[in-house]
Amino acid sequence: MTWTETLRTGWAAVRAHSMRSILTVLGILIGIAAVILTVGLGLGTQKDVSEQISSLGSNLLIVTPGSSTDTEGFRGGFGSLFTLTRSDAAALASAVNAPDVAGVAPEKSSSLSVETSQTNWTTTVVGTTEDWLSVRSRELASGEFFTADDDASAATVVVLGSEAATELFGSTDVVGQSVTIADSVFTVVGVLTSEGSDTSTNLDDLAVIPLTTAADKVIGGFARNSVSTIYVQAASAGQLSAAHQEIETVLLNLHSISDPASADFSIASQDSLVSTATAVYRTLTVLLTGIAALSLLVGGIGVMNIMLVSVTERTREIGLRKALGAPPWAIRRQFLVEATVLGLAGGLLGAVLGIVSARALPDLLDTSIVVSGLAVVGSIVTAMVIGLTFGVYPAARAARLAPIDALRSE
Amino acid sequence: MAELTLELARPAVVPARPVIELTGARKTYSTGALEFEALCGIDLRIDEGEYVAVMGPSGSGKSTLMNLIGCLDTLTAGDYRLAGDDVAELDEVDLAEIRNRRIGFVFQQFNLLASLSAWRNVELPLIYGRVPVHERKARAVAALERVTMGDRLANKPGELSGGQQQRVAIARALVSEPALILADEPTGNLDSVSTHEVLTLLDELNGQGRTIVLITHELEVAQHARRIVWLRDGRIHTDEVVR
Repeated sequence: MTWTETLRTGWAAVRAHSMRSILTVLGILIGIAAVILTVGLGLGTQKDVSEQISSLGSNLLIVTPGSSTDTEGFRGGFGSLFTLTRSDAAALASAVNAPDVAGVAPEKSSSLSVETSQTNWTTTVVGTTEDWLSVRSRELASGEFFTADDDASAATVVVLGSEAATELFGSTDVVGQSVTIADSVFTVVGVLTSEGSDTSTNLDDLAVIPLTTAADKVIGGFARNSVSTIYVQAASAGQLSAAHQEIETVLLNLHSISDPASADFSIASQDSLVSTATAVYRTLTVLLTGIAALSLLVGGIGVMNIMLVSVTERTREIGLRKALGAPPWAIRRQFLVEATVLGLAGGLLGAVLGIVSARALPDLLDTSIVVSGLAVVGSIVTAMVIGLTFGVYPAARAARLAPIDALRSE
Repeated sequence: MAELTLELARPAVVPARPVIELTGARKTYSTGALEFEALCGIDLRIDEGEYVAVMGPSGSGKSTLMNLIGCLDTLTAGDYRLAGDDVAELDEVDLAEIRNRRIGFVFQQFNLLASLSAWRNVELPLIYGRVPVHERKARAVAALERVTMGDRLANKPGELSGGQQQRVAIARALVSEPALILADEPTGNLDSVSTHEVLTLLDELNGQGRTIVLITHELEVAQHARRIVWLRDGRIHTDEVVR
């Protein structure tokens, strides 16, 4: 019996009980689709996160307050302290202190209501310096960004994100209009080009004002001189580690801390943020894929179950084939092929369902799903192997049947 | 007339070659502590070209004998040579090959595979006999034409009458040119017209020199054979040439 004949016989047997075969295949199909989707979801989330982090700008170091460990080993909360100030940022911007730094953009932000005569809109008000535009790799759609002089004089000028502009005025053509933030009247001097939003932050819903203005007139409070983040841009990718060193030295000096281990700030690069974030998502993906793989196992048991039924049902056929001269291995191979056909059908259909869902779901769920070719090919092969593995026992049982007993069975 | 031609074609000086040689054949079944002796010492020789009916009441051991002759089961003790080969000592794989090449089975229940067309059913022994693909269809068609089923090649068993199905089964038994055709109650499920057709076909095949062993409990059917072996309680009761 050649392989093509064995395949044809297997396919005929699968088709002979189409309803039963479909239900069996369904078990495998769901498992395979689930594996493809969870792997795709994991990869997609990783991609989203790294895009989000790279959208912060290029060659960035992100300095955040806190993360100090005191003498008792008590660790300060990340970002919860007021240890970074405007003078820290000013010191980093000096070419003498930090020659490898190209730009410094401290940020002090708060969620505030921005008002026009007609309406109001709560948005993220960011106080920063004139370098922000280049450090964060943003561009203006219209108007201009505020200047160092605006910052020095605490001018009441604002640059709006495209979404904030649209919410307030119904259009983005709003240069020269006035808005009120925390009782001060601001003039709109520019509008940012749209960056699109990702899952966790909206890059277009914001209002950017000079840092001094933010500290003196808008956000204020007892920590008026503190900033929440300082974005530092290195002059080039090759100067990142030098810039890192310089920032650390300058800030330790300014904060009069001799031991780098007890620094009251932390410096992260985009790469380190990406690897931290992806490590978390990788763990999650492995966990979810494990659960999906369990459903594949259940599908495999379904194949075994139906193959045992098939062997019992076709005892007479097995007996007849043996009487006509089929050796045990031919019978075994026939049932193995049949189980593999079931597994393969489940794998192929599951891959189709997985790929189709991966196309359809991101629109509904607002997440990216990246279908990897490796996951698709891997799951189809896995499905085949599952069919084969769970077919071994039923096939062995069929091959062991004595021809007379098999022929006599009703 | 057919008998006469056959006798003349076989010169008396050359002894007929035996197809079946059973010597002291015993078969014991054990179910738990109980042992049941289905055959207790059978000596039987059937030569090439013979047409033998095996008869006996139920429980006489005729099914057991048929399974042993058909290499579907093995002897507990004794000796069995089929067409010159000692088959008593063979393992499962070799027995499968012997069944494939030496024996053509015809069953009471026809035992055709419902999902396959007539010629695909007839092809089955050739598949297991590793006959090249291009020869198979021609041989299957020739066998079906031999049983006058040449116009029903593509029909599935469900589309055929009982008599037609049994003719397809006979074609399947013929297709591998076996030394022996072993028919187990071949007319048990047929009406009288189909019975007549099938028995006439077997007579013709024997006329062409085929060795046929027929298991039956109907005397009418057995009378088509030239020799009748009566079994009783696992032993040969009578063995007589009737024609």
